[in-house]
Amino acid sequence: MALLSSDKGDKKVQQAERVAEDAAKAQEAEQARTGKKRASSYWAVSWNIFKKDKVGMTCLVIVGLLVLVALLAPVLAPFDPDAQELSNMLQAPNATHPFGTDEFGRDILSRVIFGCRISLSVGVISQLIALVIGFLAGVFAGYFGGKVDAVISFIIQVFSSFPFLLFAIVVMFVLGPGLINLYVALGLLMWTSTARLVRGDVMRLKGSEYIQSCILSGGSSWRIIMKHLLPNCVSTLIVVSTLGIPNAILSEASLSFLGLGVQPPMASWGQMISASQPYIQSNTYYSVIPGIAIIITVMAFNMLGDSLRDALDPKMRA
Amino acid sequence: MDKNTEPASGAKDSDVVLRVEHLTKHYPIKSGLVGRSKRYVHALEDVSFELHRGETFAIVGESGCGKSTTGKCVLRLTEPTSGKVYLDGEDFTSLKGADLTRARQKMKLIFQDPYSSLNPRMTVADIIAEPIDIAHTYKTRAERDARVEEIMQAVGLDLVFKYRYPHEFSGGQRQRIGIARAIVLEPEIVICDEPVSALDVSVQAKVINLLEELQEKLGLSYVFISHDLSVVKHISDRVMVMYLGHEMELAETDELYDQPLHPYTQALLDVIPRIGHERIQDKKILQGDVPSPTNPPSGCCFHTRCSKCMRVCTEKVPELREVKPGHLCACHLFDEALSEAERELMPMGVAQGAGAANSAASRQESGA
Repeated sequence: MALLSSDKGDKKVQQAERVAEDAAKAQEAEQARTGKKRASSYWAVSWNIFKKDKVGMTCLVIVGLLVLVALLAPVLAPFDPDAQELSNMLQAPNATHPFGTDEFGRDILSRVIFGCRISLSVGVISQLIALVIGFLAGVFAGYFGGKVDAVISFIIQVFSSFPFLLFAIVVMFVLGPGLINLYVALGLLMWTSTARLVRGDVMRLKGSEYIQSCILSGGSSWRIIMKHLLPNCVSTLIVVSTLGIPNAILSEASLSFLGLGVQPPMASWGQMISASQPYIQSNTYYSVIPGIAIIITVMAFNMLGDSLRDALDPKMRA
Repeated sequence: MDKNTEPASGAKDSDVVLRVEHLTKHYPIKSGLVGRSKRYVHALEDVSFELHRGETFAIVGESGCGKSTTGKCVLRLTEPTSGKVYLDGEDFTSLKGADLTRARQKMKLIFQDPYSSLNPRMTVADIIAEPIDIAHTYKTRAERDARVEEIMQAVGLDLVFKYRYPHEFSGGQRQRIGIARAIVLEPEIVICDEPVSALDVSVQAKVINLLEELQEKLGLSYVFISHDLSVVKHISDRVMVMYLGHEMELAETDELYDQPLHPYTQALLDVIPRIGHERIQDKKILQGDVPSPTNPPSGCCFHTRCSKCMRVCTEKVPELREVKPGHLCACHLFDEALSEAERELMPMGVAQGAGAANSAASRQESGA
């Protein structure tokens, strides 16, 4: 009030205060009614748009179910996925084993359920690694520009010009097979698309006047990156990662198929398809079932990504 | 020249809060893959002025004349090529790091575009509080809230909007948020870079009134950058006219509008629409385009479009001289030391209003 105290007697000021009081009351009423502080945030609007997208919602439900399956795998799986029962090997689907058994007599349903854990964790963790590397590289390149940008852009070019699978094989060969190495390898391979998009976003945002205003107020680069650039890149990051997760899942399947990913006896969909190769004619379901699991997961994530892009893009709004 | 920019607007304004001396900005043009070309965009050439405490100093000119560059160079959003800016007597151009941050808190900017000047992902309260967040001027969250609410009231924003996002507001309201952000730290100087040119006329008036009200309450000094001569006439105490990065004329507002000395200023003022005025076809409208600042004309930068162009104008850059007390003008017409030969009128294509001849002349001149 210090600002206004000098001319308290002024009618205008009194009026302004009255208006302010009314406003405060109105705000309280609105808060009481809606039960939340922020009337219609960007995310609330996006959610409202997304809710109307039937395909997107279906995919979200499927992804949610997959996450549940992954989390509750020990509860849901009827058998120990690694328990061998050689007397029951290569059975067709039956009452005890709904999806049959593999060449060691292990329950395929249980292995598919546990494989879901591997696939999702590979998708999410490797994508998180890619996201962090990609965001930092993109922000540095876009924000600092000049030589930093030239160097980072060159690295991006080099990384993205390698044939993906070949590079993955080399990285896995160097790091050695194993689940953690798989996360790292895929993360190292997939950051370039994130970096490119973030770099573009940052270059566009860098010149915006609110960032100039922040610079004028003495805001540090850290503040600009965290308060202005990151929140404005979030929708890009969400879309890139939902579209990147299926890629990672497919790559995991390919690498496991080639024997460089998840190592037996650990169950992974790609590794199961690989193991089922010799029996593809006699026991087709053995390779088809993990295949279907991959297709459902990848499609759900891909279509979810598309829907999210539509919902998060401000230009799509009327 | 510094002596010349002394105020004439009365003793009470003699306190200089901002002094700009010989500010020059050249943007290098990078071309080709190898080597660097020596070509420059001459965005700002030797601009000097003073801003007095509590005064509104307007900078007017056509698009691309260096108005906004002046504002940006004064704030050091882009570093000037040469020249000095003194803020409260302190050399602002040589400050670094924490000193620069501290000094910048005295000077704020209001942006032209109310749509791109607010972060769409921040609430109104966070946008307004950003300068005080960075400067740490409060101790508790409640103090911060109180300050934000006080400023919102001061700029006429409803407190209901505190947690709203910028996209929910109209242009005028957004500009009020921008103004709130600029004054929250109680700066001494606010540089208004075309603050109303993106708004509807009715909203323009409200924002202008708000700016005047705040000036009175907080004792702000404004540098008001605009191309709208009517708005400038209303709000400003003194006016500087710019053309192609050069300072053409500087005078008190009434003086400049009543008795413009520079042919460019005369041409600008002549085209302000007025009720009951002669038809637009009868007015002396400037012919041709503004020459390229990459390749500015020799001599006076305005000679390619000037109806009173003399021989000397094509050869020598006119100095800014005090023609009347407090009225500065950069034009050879007011140089009494010129010889008859130098005063010879040049048969410029412009005088006849032929745009083609003008641009041809301009090309010829700039090639020289």
